[in-house]
Amino acid sequence: MRVFVIATLVTLAFHATAPRAAGQGGAASVAAGGASTAKASAPVDLTGYWVALVTEDWRFRMITPRKGDYRSVPVTEQARKIADAWDPAADEAAGNQCKAYGGAAIMRAAARFHIAWQDENTLRVESDYGMQTRLFHFDSAAPRGERTWQGYSAAEWQRPASLKAATTNMRAGYLRKNGVPYSENAAVTEYFDMAPLPGGGQVLLVTTIVDDQRFLQQPFIVSSQFKKEADGSKWDPTPCTAR
Amino acid sequence: MHRKMSHSRAPIIAAAFLCLLACGTAAAQMEVTGSWAARNHEFLTGDGLPVDFTGIPLNEEGRIRALSYSESQLAMVERQCQGWPAFYLVQGPFGLKIWSDTDPIKGNVISYTIGAWEDRAPLTIWMDGRLHPSKYAEHTRAGFTTGTWEGNTLVAYTTHMKAGFLRKTGAPSSDEATMTTRYYRHGDILTVLGIIEDPIYLAEPWVLSRSFQLSAAPLSPIGPPCVTAYEGSVGETAPHYLPEKNPFVDEMTTKYGVPRDAATGKPETLYPEYRKKISSGAAK
Repeated sequence: MRVFVIATLVTLAFHATAPRAAGQGGAASVAAGGASTAKASAPVDLTGYWVALVTEDWRFRMITPRKGDYRSVPVTEQARKIADAWDPAADEAAGNQCKAYGGAAIMRAAARFHIAWQDENTLRVESDYGMQTRLFHFDSAAPRGERTWQGYSAAEWQRPASLKAATTNMRAGYLRKNGVPYSENAAVTEYFDMAPLPGGGQVLLVTTIVDDQRFLQQPFIVSSQFKKEADGSKWDPTPCTAR
Repeated sequence: MHRKMSHSRAPIIAAAFLCLLACGTAAAQMEVTGSWAARNHEFLTGDGLPVDFTGIPLNEEGRIRALSYSESQLAMVERQCQGWPAFYLVQGPFGLKIWSDTDPIKGNVISYTIGAWEDRAPLTIWMDGRLHPSKYAEHTRAGFTTGTWEGNTLVAYTTHMKAGFLRKTGAPSSDEATMTTRYYRHGDILTVLGIIEDPIYLAEPWVLSRSFQLSAAPLSPIGPPCVTAYEGSVGETAPHYLPEKNPFVDEMTTKYGVPRDAATGKPETLYPEYRKKISSGAAK
């Protein structure tokens, strides 16, 4: 009897501490190695249509800032020279209209985003502005294939209710539309968190950290917020523009 | 002997079990105390030009009041040390020094305090379950704040602030304004989400956020003292602009190409569809 009681207590204690250990570990990729898929084990539902609330950095996000306006971005001298030489016509001619819509910048855009499960272990994030598609892979951390604007994103759930995405393998792009650059070696770490909105509704908070030793003196850290919309009736796909 | 040991083990095992459950609850929280340095990669203060209310969903009354504001008011001795309300926490250029006070017997956190800046009062977040005071209670610059944990997120709710400003450029806040702040920690990054409601001056909740980075160098828990000084007479009335007379209303337009509707905080300008209005030339 005593053995049974002790065994029961130990089992219960193990279950009580197991989720905590996952949360503290910070890398609790539930899908990896487990029977459950990322979709089935999602601690938070990020799916749906989200609209950016442009309550910060308005003049950098809603309109194209003037050349040389890199206020609050910790650019290196080399980056400054590139930004000062920004030439949107040259980007258009080279087919690089999407340079400001890459993985390091797209979540800061004044845009709508549609988040949905592509399959059991891949979360798809689409933007109407620039018509970009990001894929968050829960089942593999290794970048694959050619560099793209959105790169390769390895994702994991962080208990109790966050998503972490680490993006590499991007093409060089712009942090702002006026040519403030990031290099192809830039790495992006993002955290997705949710909050209730007073009076109903939900807010999605995305914290973005861009590391780029070539063009940034220190990691560039911004956080952007989005409001959930009932449906996709305001979804308005528009192609990339360089200006 | 065997019987004695078993008896003595039972309470220990039970205690350990209860402790594990309790520890599980405690571990659902994050450590938020410490020095969190500002990185200022987001330009939130909007104090570059006198009329920059971009991103604030002001209602008509809020807009009229904001455009009546003159920064020369700060030359008045009685206003020099007025400081800014708790909203400034999510906008100002400084880092956060956060510490906790604990119950000496139980060890639980009674409150967190976010240290002051030169122009912002310290903010105490009461974690002990106390209620907010009566609506007739005194309003202060920092207001009254209670907090709870939702998973790993510290959620704080601030009421009882004095009427003041949503932004340093003069966007007003009433004494009915409230702020919900959520503190998300991911490694050495602390992101603070602020949701500000004001039934008097805002058309919808104003949602903004800012990230801080854990600093090994300690930040000061206090700001330097504010000392008033005579800066010359500003006349018999508080400096202000009458309706339609603010000389800076189009400065954002001429300097940055920002339409007046956006510079003066019309709610529609916060949403992506407004960009189309700009590109079509329909934005005013």
